[in-house]
Amino acid sequence: MTKAAAAARYVGQSVKRLEDPRLVTGHGRYVDDIVLPGMLHVAFGRSDLARATITRLDTSAAEALDGIHAVFTGADLNSYNDSLRASLHPPESPAPPANMLADGDVRFVGDPYVMVVAESRYIAEDALELVDVEFEPLDPVVDYETAAESDDLVHPELGSNLAHDLPVPNPAQQEAFENAAHIITETWHQHRQTNVPMETRGIVASWQPHAGVMEVWASTQSPHELQLVGARVLGIGEHKMVVNFGDVGGGFGQKMFLGREDMAVLVAAKLLASPVKWIEDRRENLLASNHARIEQMAVTMAVDEDGNFLAADLDQLEDDGAYPLGGPATPGAMATMLYPGPYRMGPVSWRARTVYTNTCGRGAYRGPWQMESVAREQMIDRVAREIGMDPLELRRRNVLKPDDLPYQVSTGLFFETTISPEKTLDQAAEMIGYDDFRAEQAKAREEGRYLGLGMALYIEPTSMGMGPLGTESAMLRVEVDGHVNVFMGTGSHGQSLETTIAQLVADELGVRPEDVTLHQGHGSGYGFGTGGSRSAVIAGSAARGAASGVREKVVAIAAHLMEASADDLEVADGVVSVKGTPSASMTMAQVAATAYQNSDALPEGMEAGLEHTARYKAPPNTHSNACHICTCELDPGTGKITLLRYVVSEDCGVLINPMVVDGQIAGGVVQGIGGVLYEHAVYDESGNPLASTFLDYLVPTAAEVPELETGHVVVPSDTPGGHKGTGEGGAIGAPPAVFNAVADALAPFGVYPNRQPLDPNAVLSLIASASES
Amino acid sequence: MADPIPLSMTVNGRTRRGLGEPRLTLADFLREQAQCTGVHLGCEHGVCGSCTVLMDGEAVRSCLLFAVQADGADITTVEGLAPDDETLHPVQEAFRDCHGLQCGFCTPGFVVSVVAFLEANPDPSDEEIRHGISGNLCRCTGYQGIVAATRQAAAVMKGEE
Repeated sequence: MTKAAAAARYVGQSVKRLEDPRLVTGHGRYVDDIVLPGMLHVAFGRSDLARATITRLDTSAAEALDGIHAVFTGADLNSYNDSLRASLHPPESPAPPANMLADGDVRFVGDPYVMVVAESRYIAEDALELVDVEFEPLDPVVDYETAAESDDLVHPELGSNLAHDLPVPNPAQQEAFENAAHIITETWHQHRQTNVPMETRGIVASWQPHAGVMEVWASTQSPHELQLVGARVLGIGEHKMVVNFGDVGGGFGQKMFLGREDMAVLVAAKLLASPVKWIEDRRENLLASNHARIEQMAVTMAVDEDGNFLAADLDQLEDDGAYPLGGPATPGAMATMLYPGPYRMGPVSWRARTVYTNTCGRGAYRGPWQMESVAREQMIDRVAREIGMDPLELRRRNVLKPDDLPYQVSTGLFFETTISPEKTLDQAAEMIGYDDFRAEQAKAREEGRYLGLGMALYIEPTSMGMGPLGTESAMLRVEVDGHVNVFMGTGSHGQSLETTIAQLVADELGVRPEDVTLHQGHGSGYGFGTGGSRSAVIAGSAARGAASGVREKVVAIAAHLMEASADDLEVADGVVSVKGTPSASMTMAQVAATAYQNSDALPEGMEAGLEHTARYKAPPNTHSNACHICTCELDPGTGKITLLRYVVSEDCGVLINPMVVDGQIAGGVVQGIGGVLYEHAVYDESGNPLASTFLDYLVPTAAEVPELETGHVVVPSDTPGGHKGTGEGGAIGAPPAVFNAVADALAPFGVYPNRQPLDPNAVLSLIASASES
Repeated sequence: MADPIPLSMTVNGRTRRGLGEPRLTLADFLREQAQCTGVHLGCEHGVCGSCTVLMDGEAVRSCLLFAVQADGADITTVEGLAPDDETLHPVQEAFRDCHGLQCGFCTPGFVVSVVAFLEANPDPSDEEIRHGISGNLCRCTGYQGIVAATRQAAAVMKGEE
């Protein structure tokens, strides 16, 4: 990368988004907007029972309906089952039996057992009514806390409901516990939530017989996962799998991997040789896409008499549901490894387990391992209360300071010198006016009002540089007229990459952002897509590399044509000029036209054309960090919690587009607020989901959320550009911050919550339990 | 299945005719027969507001109406708001200025709802804005940019900015 290119003209600016003109006028192109000649429509028949044997399945009446092209059952699609695994899931690791459609029995409410393909969705749903099916109900496994001991098996093939069990004892932890002044224990529970992208999942697949090509449009975060896994499922090469990437209406982790339905649509399109579309409806999305956060962590912490953390013992248990999206996960291992977070925690022992239940499968949801911050930050407030210390003071005492860095965590993590947890803690405390609030809170309590303050400090592992996640590529081409096309393996679904990648390219190459178009999907090089807070660092660095390579050539060509020294040239906004003599200049278009159409005029030996491909390999981790503090008021009469203020101080390194960073934080924070106070994908004890509409699954509205205040600490990372990931952080910090605020407001009642959601009923029950005891 | 019946309505200033079964929703008519794919379906049960359009000037959820109920009506979708290909409606401009959208899926419904809201209440307080747009769900923005955009659009449309 040339030094001259580092002058930031657009990076750091809140450049207005290039995506927006089409999106605000209704001219985006989402998967349901794709219409192909002869296209057929899919509806899935789904189980209404959590666990049952299918004793009868007769589709003849459905098949006889006018407009029906096919009715598939598990038996029709089973031959494809061997290939159904996500690319993050190694073939040798344990997994539930793979299938697209339930075959013989159903294992959760929403389990698809029949697939109708018809001329319209209306007719497809009519046909579902005609499917003759009978079930013999079986006792379901619903409670994940007892699932491992149950004789009823979610997947009889596996012989156990225990999916993973990873114990990692540490003798040093046990030793530290022996002489500690305080040993404090609590089990923290999260509850079942779901991603709720406003656009549900969906796919259109079109098979070209004899050409052997499958062309696909899909709502996905990872076009290359779809290309790779889709080709494997179909038994074709990736060169015959064309994945078109359009607008995607959110995902938050849900669209990283192929669902069973996506695979079934691919196979159906091939079998029928007709274009096939499936658009998930909201009920399907709430019941059968993926759930998350169904977990608990039992924490025991040892603390000395001055409040110094000495050691911790952790036991994490998570519900995988029946068919986890993307394969059975081990986020519990991540959650426990990350538990020490931004503190000197001392030695840690941990155990992480996941179990299968007859419920919707677990899947990635924004900060999939954020139980580490939830458990730790709630535990620290609990410790503070037990030992009679202010929670801010307790954090300040134990937080990693600049002198501690780099820091080797006892669980194996390694924090680089570019994290700044103490600074974000201080900035957030100052923004909220910590001491003033405590005074106000004390005064309010005298008046019978219940205010609370909660904080959460965390380090987020972003841009993981390992395995399939480790790299991204950018193929950048300056076209003959000087405009720029860049092809990347990302899957922007709200992250504004069309703008932020254009900003990076604009600075590095010397053009304007609006002269750059980002192309994702077909034609791009392999990359894992957009998720895991990875695009700014990994994809961004690839884009820089590609732009830098082209810039070198632009300068060399212009120097040759202008008979100037390359060192004397600068490139900005599409013009190459001699420094200090702006009249001596060439446009990017002139350079490009020479490169392609008058290649004899190029410097001797130079390859014609103006394009470059770069692939960036990320370091193992690029950690960002943040501190959230919020305040609330509790109404003891109704149990209602009102959030008063919410501040975030974060360090994502160098900001590419501050407006976009603040937007990512705000979105994550409000998902976290919703998770703690409103949202609950609840099941009854028979495994019936009770939240199947937006009237039951309460996504927060504008009326429930406060104005957010964001502060930035900028410590550049060691990656090109100095960025750190920031997509997930809001959803990591918000749950414990909100939870701690409510717990603080409840403190005068002498009760301490240990589970969510903290809806009005839960708050009133806690208050009632206090008056009973 | 009932026989299709003829439909006719004005959509963004043009007469659109079509055929639909009685059960055809207005949203599906607009998307599939009037090519207004800016009408988005986020829940199909009337909560998320993504499918909001103006029917005879009033904001309605097109997923909860049958197309036959709109027969003869004057419909404006998000595609019908911008005066020309180069210019955005002040509400659309404000959403862009204030980062009132990320994935953009809920945006058409929000834009149409805000247009109707500001028509009814041209000078809203922040609290009125928050309640006024609480019938639409957004999962990306945390509403920060949407509230700010509504504020800006109100000021612009009053001629303050």
